[in-house]
Amino acid sequence: MNTASTSRYLDSLLQRQPPASSLTWLNELRANAVDRVGALSVPTTRDEDWRFTDISPLTKLSFQPARDAAQLAPATVEQWAITEASARLVFVDGIYAPQHSFNRAGITVENLASGVTRHDAAARAHLGRHAGFERNAFAALNTAFLHDGALIVVPRDMALAAPVHLLCIATRKQTASYPRCLVIAESGSSVTIIEDFVALQDEAYFTNAVTEIALAGNAEMHHVRAQREGAAAFHIANCAVSLAQASRYHSVSVALGARISRHNLGVLLAAEGAECSIDGLALIGGAQLADTHSLIDHALPQGKSRQLHKCIVDGAARAVFNGNIMVRTGAQRTDSSQSSRNLLLSGKARVDTKPQLEIFADDVKCAHGATVGQLDVDEVFYLNSRGLSDTAARNLLTYAFGAEIIGRIGVASLRNRLEQAVLAQTQTAAAGAARES
Amino acid sequence: MIYQDSKTLLAVRGLHATVNGIEILKGLDLTVKSGEVHAIMGPNGSGKSTFAKVLAGHPAYAVSGGAVVFEGGNLFELKPEARARAGVFLGFQYPIEIPGVANSQFLRLAYNTVQAGRGKDELDPLEFDDFVREKMKLLEMNPDFLDRSVNEGFSGGEKKRNEILQMALLEPKLAILDETDSGLDIDALRIVAGGVNQLANKDNAIVLVTHYQRLLNYIVPDYVHVMDAGRIVKTGGKELALELEARGYDWVGAEVKANAGVNA
Ligand SMILES: Nc1ncnc2c1ncn2[C@@H]1O[C@H](COP(=O)(O)OP(=O)(O)O)[C@@H](O)[C@H]1O
Ligand SMILES: [Mg+2]
Repeated sequence: MNTASTSRYLDSLLQRQPPASSLTWLNELRANAVDRVGALSVPTTRDEDWRFTDISPLTKLSFQPARDAAQLAPATVEQWAITEASARLVFVDGIYAPQHSFNRAGITVENLASGVTRHDAAARAHLGRHAGFERNAFAALNTAFLHDGALIVVPRDMALAAPVHLLCIATRKQTASYPRCLVIAESGSSVTIIEDFVALQDEAYFTNAVTEIALAGNAEMHHVRAQREGAAAFHIANCAVSLAQASRYHSVSVALGARISRHNLGVLLAAEGAECSIDGLALIGGAQLADTHSLIDHALPQGKSRQLHKCIVDGAARAVFNGNIMVRTGAQRTDSSQSSRNLLLSGKARVDTKPQLEIFADDVKCAHGATVGQLDVDEVFYLNSRGLSDTAARNLLTYAFGAEIIGRIGVASLRNRLEQAVLAQTQTAAAGAARES
Repeated sequence: MIYQDSKTLLAVRGLHATVNGIEILKGLDLTVKSGEVHAIMGPNGSGKSTFAKVLAGHPAYAVSGGAVVFEGGNLFELKPEARARAGVFLGFQYPIEIPGVANSQFLRLAYNTVQAGRGKDELDPLEFDDFVREKMKLLEMNPDFLDRSVNEGFSGGEKKRNEILQMALLEPKLAILDETDSGLDIDALRIVAGGVNQLANKDNAIVLVTHYQRLLNYIVPDYVHVMDAGRIVKTGGKELALELEARGYDWVGAEVKANAGVNA
C-alpha cells in the first residue's frame, strides 16, 4: 500500500472526534495530534520498526469509535473482577462506564475526561509529554481522540497495597477504542496498576492504547498488563514511563489475544539510581502475531534494569521481540541485563528476536542473550520416566515456560486466572506439537 | 538379598545400543531376580549410564541388538512412561531442573499418573501433601523443597534425595540408581542409603550404578558387576567391590583380554 492511501486511511479514522474541552492546552494538544495524523501514514514493513509486523490487514477495515456505551449486566463485568482491587475503572468500547467502576483506594482514580480539569496542572505537565506522537501515527491517533481514560494520582508517600484495575471491554465489531491512561506517582509513593484488555466478541475491532507513567523520586510502581483481546482484534499500545531519582518500576505484560498486537514500551531512567524490571510473555498460536518493542533508556548514572521476555509460539503464529537497551554517555555504573527466550511449538511457528545494546558509557555492566528452541528432549524424557505421557509432559513444560513470567505477577487472583488461561492454551498447543513430532 | 525361588525380574541378553550412530553397548548380559541388589561398577565412559537410559527408554539411545525381558514381557515394546508405570525407575545421574513447575505439583502428577496406570487410587492435593511429607521424613528432607521448582537450585545432594523421594513415591519393581552417591557428603550418603534400604524388599530389585565402593558399605550388594567397553566383563560378590577399590579396574580388563586369548 502506498503512502498516500495509508495516510488517507488514517484520515478516515479521524471521524467522530470527541467534543472540545474547556481546557485550551488540551484542545491544542489534540489539534497538534490531528495535524500529525494528517502528516503521518500507517507504517509498513519497509519501516525498520515494523519490518516483521505487517499491519496492512488493519487498513483493509474501517473502524470508528462507539457512539454510546453498550449496557452490560453487572455479572458480565464481574467475570473479570479482581478481588484484591481497591479501585476499578471500566471502559466499554473505550467509553467510561461509571456504573461498573468504583474507587475505595483513597487516591485519585477517575475518568480522565473529567479528572483532567480537577488536576489541570499535573495533567498538563504530563499528558502527551512522555508518549511522543511526532513520529508515531498510533500515538498521534490516540491523542487526537483523547477523552475518556484513566487518571491516577498517587500522593506523596502514599503506599497503596491493593491494586487499581483498569478494565477495557470490547463488545462491538469494527469499533475503534482509544484507551488513555496517565499515572502520576508522587515522591515516595507506591502503587500497583493492572491494565486489562478483554472482549465479548471474536470479530475485528481496533484497540489503540496509550499509557503514560511518571514516577517521582523514590516512588515505586508495579504495572501488570493483561492483553486478552478477541481473536480477530488489532491491538496497538504505546506505553511511556519516566523514572525520577531512585524510583522503581516493575512491569509484567502478558499477551494472549488479538490477531495482531503491538506493544511499544519505553522506559526512561531519567535520574540517578532508577531501577526497572520488565517482564513479558507472548503466548500465541494460529495466525496470531504478537510484537513487543521495548526501549530501556539509561540516561543517568547508577540505573539498573532487568528484562526477561518470553514467547511461546504455536501454529503458524509469529512473535516479534525487539529489545533496545540504551546506555547514554552520562549513565556510568549502569547495571543492565536482558534475556529473550522463545519456545517454538510447531514447524511453522516463527519468532524474530533482536536484543540491541547501545552503550556509550564505559563503566557499565550489561548482559544480554536470546535463545530460540523447542522443548528440551531431556526434560520431556525426565517426565516420561516418571510416568507422564508425552502430551502431559509437553503440556507441563510449555506451561512452566510461561509460568515463570506469570509467577512474577503480585496479584494472586489475576495470577491464578492467567495461569489457568496459559494452562488451557498450552494444552491445546502442546497436543498439536506432540502430534506433529 | 538373594531369595530361593524368587522370580526373574529383568533378563538382558546380548544388548547392543548406539547413540548418534556410535555403538556404546556391545553385548551386555545381566539377570536380576526380585529381592536382589546388584552393583554395576566400571570406569568412566564404560557405558553404565547408557545402559540405565536404554532401560528407561531415552529416545537418544537406539537398541541395535539383543533383548530385554522385564517381568516376562519385551521391555522395548513399552514407551518410557509405560515402563515407569510398569515399575521401572531410573534415578538420574544428573536430575533435570524444571523451572516453573513446583516440586509438589510434579511429584503429585507423577504419583497419580503411575497410580492410575496401576489401577490404584489417586490422591488429592491435601492427601498427597500428608503422604509426601511422611516420605520426606525418611530422607530427612526439608518440606520447603515441595514449594520450589523441580530440582532448580538444588545442590547435588538435594537433587539425589529428590530422586530417592520419587522412588519412594513410585514404589518401583526395578530401581536403577545411576551414581546416586556422587555429590553426597557422608551424612547425606548415610541418609540416602538408609532410605534405599528401607525401600528394598523381596518383591523388588535395585541396580546401583557407581564407580565408588563407598556406597556399597551402606547398601550391601548381592552381586557386583564390572562393566568395560559396553559389556559386563566380570561378576562377583560384594568382596569384588573391595578388590576393585584396592586394585582399580585395569586388572579386570587385562584378565578379560587374557581369557579371550585363551579362548581364541
Ligand atoms: N548422548 C551422547 N552422545 C554421544 N556420546 C555419548 C552420549 N551419551 C554417552 N556417550 C558416550 O558413550 C560412552 C559411555 O558413556 P556413559 O554411558 O555415560 O558412561 P558411564 O556412565 O559409564 O561413565 C562415552 O564414551 C560417552 O562419551
Ligand atoms: Mg554415568
